[in-house]
Amino acid sequence: MMENKARESLCRYLLASGDDELILGHRNSEWCGHAPLLEEDIAFANLALDEIGHAAIWYTLLADLRRENRDSYPDRLVFQREAQDFRNATLLELPNGDWAFSMLRQYLFDLYEMVRLHRLAESAYEPLSEAAQKISREEFYHHRHTSAWVRRLGLGTEESHRRMQEALDRAWPLAFQLFSGPEVDDVLVYSGYVPSAGYLQEAWSEAAAEFLEKCQLKVPADASGKRIPRDQHTPYLNVLVDEMQSVARLDPEASW
Amino acid sequence: MAAGRIWKILEQVQDPEIPVVSVVEMGLIRGVAARGKRAIVTMTPTFSGCPALEVMRNEIAERLQEAGWEEVDVRLTASPPWTSDWITDSGREKLRGFGLSPPPRHAGHLEAALAAAVPCPYCNSQDTELKNDFGPTLCRAIYFCNRCRQPFERFKPL
Repeated sequence: MMENKARESLCRYLLASGDDELILGHRNSEWCGHAPLLEEDIAFANLALDEIGHAAIWYTLLADLRRENRDSYPDRLVFQREAQDFRNATLLELPNGDWAFSMLRQYLFDLYEMVRLHRLAESAYEPLSEAAQKISREEFYHHRHTSAWVRRLGLGTEESHRRMQEALDRAWPLAFQLFSGPEVDDVLVYSGYVPSAGYLQEAWSEAAAEFLEKCQLKVPADASGKRIPRDQHTPYLNVLVDEMQSVARLDPEASW
Repeated sequence: MAAGRIWKILEQVQDPEIPVVSVVEMGLIRGVAARGKRAIVTMTPTFSGCPALEVMRNEIAERLQEAGWEEVDVRLTASPPWTSDWITDSGREKLRGFGLSPPPRHAGHLEAALAAAVPCPYCNSQDTELKNDFGPTLCRAIYFCNRCRQPFERFKPL
């Protein structure tokens, strides 16, 4: 029997995990019809679908823990929540901007997922372990794709390199927020449910720095995102959430 | 056997994204049970975000209701996670006939499976190259055959 404190912590962890995937998935979907190459248009649409699918998995686990309905609760979280109640990292809500920024952000997130899910697959909380095993196989393709692009652009022309470096300078400090906050607290780590944020951050930043240096990109020393709490957002999230919920707000009963 | 009748019906339900292969051949059906007028089917998604899942789930329920089961429960499970190794031999042949290079059986060694040459479904040449890990559906990647000089799709190993 899980103690209440651990249950509450796990709920926060699952919500943050789902929100990260949902918000990045929504941003990815905005490339549909706008990416610089047809192949990448298709790739970002696929990435969007995958991330939103992963969000649904985390939200369903949350529904189970809160004894809510598995089919309707995830939709309620997505379509009937105020922007201020989302717990995604701010890096993921920033507008797509330059394609280099979108690609680099996706790469940093994919690597985070690879490192995190690998450890989460050993979670003492069985549903978490099962979800991690399912998701990590799909993330494998994400990481393969985005790391190939980061390398290609980093080592490409003077312009592609410059734009990747600008993207890295902006995204890198914020990426550390992924490892912050009460969303990963000691109760969960001691229970063997989730890996420690400190361990993940070290594994992630070492692997990322090693790869990015091979792409001739200079890794900033700034890790200030670590200090941003997950209930703090930019005004960009309001715009995103407004658009995402616009149909549901007009017609809450709308269906396909 | 009532369960046997359910399996027979499921063999007629196809994946809408690959309308030549049944949900059984795709390895999506994890279990079937019949209790009087109640049918229970347990299925698993391929990729988590697959939009075809609900379409197949609804079609399974409809077909079984048409066949006389009054109550149909199509449950989802994600554990153990679906792997392309579960696609049956007949399913693989049908994928090839549909122009989709079937995935090799990899027993969990995804990296090794991706390092191996991908045969062209049209001319069987191994002289092919990856164009994009993402294609028109979540489960497909785009390749190009250097021998018959045409693009083709591959069902991704998972």
